[in-house]
Amino acid sequence: MKIIRCAHKVCLILMAKSKPISRLVLLLGILLSPIYNVAQELVLHKDSIITINLDEVILISARKALDYHRQPKPLSTLDEYLESSKKVDMVKRGAYAWEPTLNNMFSERLSVTIDGMRIFGACTDKMDPITSYVDVSNLSKAHIASGQQGAEHGTTIGGAINLELDRGNFKETGLYGGLETGFESNSQMSVVGAELNYSDSQYYVDTDIIYRKAENYFAGGDEEVQFSQFEKYNFSTNGGYKITEGRALTASIIFDEARDVGYPALTMDVSLARAIIASIGFEQDNLWGILNNWKSKVYFNKVTHVMDDTKRPDVPIHMDMPGWSDTYGFFSQALLKIKKHQFLFKADGYYNKSLAEMTMYPNDPNELPMFMLTWPDVRTANAGIYLEDELSFNGSFLKIATRMAVQNQNVADEFGLNSLRIFYPDMEKSKTRFLKSISGQWHKMWMPLHFNAGLSYGDRAPSVTEGYGFYLFNSFDNHDYIGDPGLVNEKSMEANTKISWEKSKFKVSAEANYFHIKDYIIGEVDSSLSVMTIGAEGVKIYKNLDYANLFNTSLDMEYAVLPELKWSGLISYHRGTDNNQENIPFISPFSYRSGLQYDNRSFSAALRITGAAKQVNYNPDFGEDQTQAYTVCSLTLGKTFNFNNDSMYAKFGVENIFDENYSTYTDWKNIPRMGRNFFLTLSYSIN
Amino acid sequence: MKTIKPFIVIFIVALVLSSCTSDGDDSPKIEENPMAEFNLLSNIEANGHSLELYSKGKKGFTTGYNEIFVRIKDNADASYFTDPEISWLPVMHMTSMNHSCPKSDLSITEENNTVSKGYLVFQMAGNTDEFWDITFTYIVDGQEYSLTETIDVVAPSDGKQKVSSFMGSDDVMYVLAMVEPSDPQVAVNDIQAILFKMENMMSFPAVENYTIALDPRMPSMGNHSSPNNVDLTFDAAAKSYNGKLSLTMTGYWKLNLRLLNGNGEVLKGEEVTDENEASSLYFELEF
Repeated sequence: MKIIRCAHKVCLILMAKSKPISRLVLLLGILLSPIYNVAQELVLHKDSIITINLDEVILISARKALDYHRQPKPLSTLDEYLESSKKVDMVKRGAYAWEPTLNNMFSERLSVTIDGMRIFGACTDKMDPITSYVDVSNLSKAHIASGQQGAEHGTTIGGAINLELDRGNFKETGLYGGLETGFESNSQMSVVGAELNYSDSQYYVDTDIIYRKAENYFAGGDEEVQFSQFEKYNFSTNGGYKITEGRALTASIIFDEARDVGYPALTMDVSLARAIIASIGFEQDNLWGILNNWKSKVYFNKVTHVMDDTKRPDVPIHMDMPGWSDTYGFFSQALLKIKKHQFLFKADGYYNKSLAEMTMYPNDPNELPMFMLTWPDVRTANAGIYLEDELSFNGSFLKIATRMAVQNQNVADEFGLNSLRIFYPDMEKSKTRFLKSISGQWHKMWMPLHFNAGLSYGDRAPSVTEGYGFYLFNSFDNHDYIGDPGLVNEKSMEANTKISWEKSKFKVSAEANYFHIKDYIIGEVDSSLSVMTIGAEGVKIYKNLDYANLFNTSLDMEYAVLPELKWSGLISYHRGTDNNQENIPFISPFSYRSGLQYDNRSFSAALRITGAAKQVNYNPDFGEDQTQAYTVCSLTLGKTFNFNNDSMYAKFGVENIFDENYSTYTDWKNIPRMGRNFFLTLSYSIN
Repeated sequence: MKTIKPFIVIFIVALVLSSCTSDGDDSPKIEENPMAEFNLLSNIEANGHSLELYSKGKKGFTTGYNEIFVRIKDNADASYFTDPEISWLPVMHMTSMNHSCPKSDLSITEENNTVSKGYLVFQMAGNTDEFWDITFTYIVDGQEYSLTETIDVVAPSDGKQKVSSFMGSDDVMYVLAMVEPSDPQVAVNDIQAILFKMENMMSFPAVENYTIALDPRMPSMGNHSSPNNVDLTFDAAAKSYNGKLSLTMTGYWKLNLRLLNGNGEVLKGEEVTDENEASSLYFELEF
């Protein structure tokens, strides 16, 4: 505990010191300038993206090495994969559809894309982060980029998560397929999946289907968490056709549907969450002789989300809350290499329609239902250009990137517009904003020592909820939220640095980032307003705070005891305060993880420990209470069996071995996490 | 530029021609029924005339505010009298007594000089033993006629309270009726009300320069209220009390009211608080 307290103190001092961003910028500038001058030793840190390798997700895949043994838990949900990232924390409202946060920032401050496609959840209560509309069977990788380094696919403050679809690439592999199944004891979740692919040098077609069904899970101590069941299936197919050498047409479609999804932390469940995600792409190796890797895509997606409280006992008032979000978009990008430069040009745009309504049925059946639009059919049109240059100066590297976008938001529904004008009588129907981002990132190396530093600026428009939400109930702080269309853009100034020591046997890296966010958007209580939701404490209106500061730091270590046996450890610390030095909600306490992993290709075993210290900085005004410290352990064992040409991989594991009853700072209303859980997955690949 | 000029000329000529033809529409003046969009509430035959009563939206007389349009037809040649001078007197025949109700004068509408317009505010509905009638006295062609007709006054179909008659703390009997919104929206609505005091059984003069404090609530939603409402104040031009009513959703709303006189003294109604759910003076809306 002493160590924790020490680390906390050090960080506090750091925070206090670095309060004015200008000072930090100056400091970094001073640090950077000599590096620039003596830049010979610099080696580019390849686009500074942390990759979580999800290749193992496709259970039977001849085009990829059968490398399930690298994956702690094949067939786990995408949410669990994302949670294994060092930067991502998942906000849980139940067992399904966790919301990813990056650098302690939520969806509205992140750019979450699927293969570069923008897609927006249709739920006003964030019950459907877009990561819930794909499954591991669709994906090959998730790219996670921190801060403005994630601006390639869209405007962001906290960073970006891009989920890369798994697809063939004109290899002569012929027909191949696979079957996979998994079972988890705790929630009695069963998963079945199948895949059938064909690929040759002319075209490829991939199809996969996956089905999951889970009952209520049990927290530590056999405590059943009511309304935590879910059921979902996902079907996807994608194909490519080579028109001529160096030219290809691609297409993909994902259909994802979840039904009967319980949200134990909320007052409502979901009867239907459905997405159709489709795209057509064109790829050409060369363009006009100078550009290469020209890729273009047009896409659309349609999300339908229906909340349901009919299964809940004792609801004060029954209500229906359906929501719809349709997005149409495109992008086109190409690379240009000139001497030291490698440019990436990208133009993109999207058009989104977000509509959500609420109908409440009075207990007196003679009264008419009460209807309101909670998202007033907001039409967002966004067009942007992204430009990136990777420069190599004789061994030293610099990446500069910028995104410029223009965004218009228009309230298309008169009913919704009139509703909002109750609060904002002079509100305009339409609002246009200019969004800017610029970032610079350095990597320097004195083998085996690496040094990275970056500075960036970026802004974002308020989300539909922040700008136009109408009486959206937040069960976490028990307040109704109302948007403000007059909010100004939130602006982030960010500095990051990383120092690492990398040898083949031992790696250690320390990194930190600091965000000074001007006009930080957050809800503030307006005591003059009357609550709408029965039982709510008050009404909050989204406001621009003067500023907020967020600070994240971590220390990461890896040691190879033997070539097959690795130890890894990670500790991280986070802090977020506003201009009154008040705590920002949902900031992680001191947390750690450590693991021991054995892997000899045919057999693997891993022991993992994760935990967090008691939460010190929290904010009761946002419904937070102190989260207690916890430590959980898990063990997994995996083995590959070969039968002639085919192969089978089996993985067995136990999570939360000691059946600890715990919840983390991201658990909505402190719902406890899963207790002891045994899982078994079997993957059979037919070649 | 040379090519544009003829176009401009053609355009102007076309414009002039089209405006000429639209002027020409007025001349044949086909007699259109000005009451085509209205509901005929009653057709009273007397004195060789037909006295027709119309409403804009309602299908009958209801308690509260009733806007009435009146025409008198000469049954001899089926023509309507122009600029008739009409007065009216509604009377409630109760078992123990008779009384009238607040009303406006009937005045000729600007759109059509055969149509007169006014309003009646019925405080109560008729029943098997008690009924309303209206006596019309009118002068056409220099001669005065009179007729009396019994009418059915019922509560509004949605059963919601649109009028309140009450004793103020100043021992004066008042009648307060809601005129607008007749078609409420989820928006900031204009709210209009009219206030009368009962001088005697037959006389209900309008009351001016009081204030009606407004607090709309949804009892089914834990008494949810809305922001940016404006209390009703007297508008001398409209001769009514006007304010703003915010409705955040559809459904049943109780508009809690408090009547204040010119000195700001509360004559009727209570403030809504956590302890006191509703005022004794209120209107109701459901949409």
